[in-house]
Amino acid sequence: MDVILFTFFALVAIVGAVSLVLQKHPISSALSLVSVMVALAVLFLLLGAEFIAAAQLVVYSGAIMVLFVFVIMLLNAGAERESRKGGLAQFLGLPLTAILLVFASSVITQSMSNAKAVKFGAFAGGGPREVGWELFTRYLLPFEVTSILILIAIAGAVVLARKEID
Amino acid sequence: MDFILLSILKTAIAAPVLLGTLAYLVWIERKVLAHVQLRMGPSRVGPHGLLQPIADAIKLLTKEDFIPSYVNHFYYWLAPWLALMFAVTAISVLPVGPVIELFGVKTNMGQADISIGLLLILGLTGMGVYGIALAGWSSNNKYSLLGGLRSSAQMVSYELPMALAIASPLLIVNSLNLREIVNGQAGYVFGIIPNWNAIGGLQIFSFLIYLICAFAETNRIPFDLPEAENELVSGYNTEYSSMKFAAFFMAEYANIITACSVATTLFLGGWHPIIPNELGGQFIPTLLCLFFAGVLFYHALNPARPSDRISMGVIGLVIAGLGVVFQVPVVKELAQPLFWFASKAGFLIFVFIWVRGTVPRFRYDQLMRFAWLVLFPAALLNLLFTAFVVAAKSN
Repeated sequence: MDVILFTFFALVAIVGAVSLVLQKHPISSALSLVSVMVALAVLFLLLGAEFIAAAQLVVYSGAIMVLFVFVIMLLNAGAERESRKGGLAQFLGLPLTAILLVFASSVITQSMSNAKAVKFGAFAGGGPREVGWELFTRYLLPFEVTSILILIAIAGAVVLARKEID
Repeated sequence: MDFILLSILKTAIAAPVLLGTLAYLVWIERKVLAHVQLRMGPSRVGPHGLLQPIADAIKLLTKEDFIPSYVNHFYYWLAPWLALMFAVTAISVLPVGPVIELFGVKTNMGQADISIGLLLILGLTGMGVYGIALAGWSSNNKYSLLGGLRSSAQMVSYELPMALAIASPLLIVNSLNLREIVNGQAGYVFGIIPNWNAIGGLQIFSFLIYLICAFAETNRIPFDLPEAENELVSGYNTEYSSMKFAAFFMAEYANIITACSVATTLFLGGWHPIIPNELGGQFIPTLLCLFFAGVLFYHALNPARPSDRISMGVIGLVIAGLGVVFQVPVVKELAQPLFWFASKAGFLIFVFIWVRGTVPRFRYDQLMRFAWLVLFPAALLNLLFTAFVVAAKSN
C-alpha cells in the first residue's frame, strides 16, 4: 500500500515538474507547481512528517501559490512566445542535462551508499509538538536569524511598495 | 472490524447525510430569509415547500450545460469540481461524537482521526480558493475575473486573522487533534458553566474574530464582494450554468458547514452538553423536541391554512418521536452527542443566515481595511494575552 502510494505521488510530482517547464501558459505552469507541492506534501505524510506535510499544504499551495496565480490573473499574462533557440543551447542542452543527472545521481548514491531503504511509518517524530520543541531548543539561533531575515524582507517590501507622497 | 470496511461504512453514512443537509440548507436559508423579510418563502412544491430542494436538483440536472465561446475549456470545466472537492473533503476529519461502542465494535464518531486535523482543514479550505480564482479567470469575462481576483485577495487576507484566532484556543488545549481539542473542553467551571473555550476558557474574542473571518472565507454577506450582484452580475460564477453552477453553490454551503463545525469544535465544546448530564443535560434534547412538537400540534389544531392540519401534525409527530429516541438506552449514546454537535453547528449556520438578512454589504476598501487594521491587530493582541495567561498558569 505504502509503495503504491509512494509510486503514484512520486509520479505525480515528476509529471507536474516536467509540465511546469513545458506548459506554454503561466497559469498552467503555476497549477503544475501546485500539483508538485501537493504531491510532495503527501510524500512527507507517508514518511511520518505530519507537520511538514500540513505546512507544505497550508503555506506553499494554500498561500504562496494563490498569490502567484493572483498576480498572473491580475496582469492577465498571455501564453509565452517561443524564444529563438540559441545555437549553443540547441546542441548542448540535452547532453548537458544528461551529464548533470548522471553526476547528481552518482553523488547521491556515493554519499548515501550505506543508507537503508526507508520504511514507511517507522519515523514518529514529525508531529507539531516535536518539530516545535526542536525548533525552540536545538535550532533556536537559525530560527531567530530567519525571522530577522523575513522582517528585513517585509520592511523592504513596504519601502518598495509605498507610494511617493509629495 | 476491519479498518477499511469501517471507514467505507462511515463514509457511506456521512456522504448522503452531508449531501442531504446541503440540499436542505438552501431551503432553510430561503425560509429563514423570507421570515426575516416578512415573506412566506418557498411554499409551492410540497407542504411548506419541503420538496423544493428536489425540484431544484432536477431543474439543475436537466438544464442545458451552456459553455460560452472563448472560455478556457479545461480550466472552465475543472474549476467547479475543484471548489466542490476541497469543500467536501474538509468535512472528513471533523469528529461529531466521542468514541463509542456499538454491537461490540469500538469506533470514533467521525471519519478520520488524525493528529493534524485542524491544519488539514485549514489547508484544504485554503486550496478551495483555486476553484473560485480559476472560474473567474477561465470564464474570459471581466466581471468573472474581478470576482475571482477579489475572492483570492479576500481569502488570503482573512486567513491571517483567522489562523491567529484559532491559535489562542490551541494554546489552551495544547493539541491539533480535533478530538483532543474537544476533550480538552470537557467539564464545567463551578460545576455549572461549561468549560468551552468561548465561555469557560474566556476565548470569546477569538471566537468572534474567527466567526467574522468565516463570513469572509465563505464569501457570505456582509463580505460577499466576489459575487456582489449590483457590481459584478454574479461574480466568478456568472458564466456557469447547470451542474457546474450547482457545484459552486454546493461548495459554498459545504464551506459554511465546515466553518461552523470547526467553530463548534474549537470554541463551543463539540459534542459536550451545555449543562452537566447529572443536572439534567441529557433530558434537554427530549424536552426541546417535545416543546417544538407541542408548538406544531398547536398550529395543527388552529390551522392558518387548511393543509396545515395534516402537515403540522405529521411533522410534530416525527419530532416528538425523535425526542423519545434520545432516551432509548443504546441509541442514546449515539444520538445525544450528535444532537449537541448538530444543534451548536446549526445555531451558527442560523447566525450566518440571520446576518445575511440584516447586515448590508461592505465596500471593497472597507473590507480590506477591516481585515488588516482591525481584525489582525485584535487577533494578535488576543493571542499575546492568551499566551501570557497560559504561561502564568503553567508556572
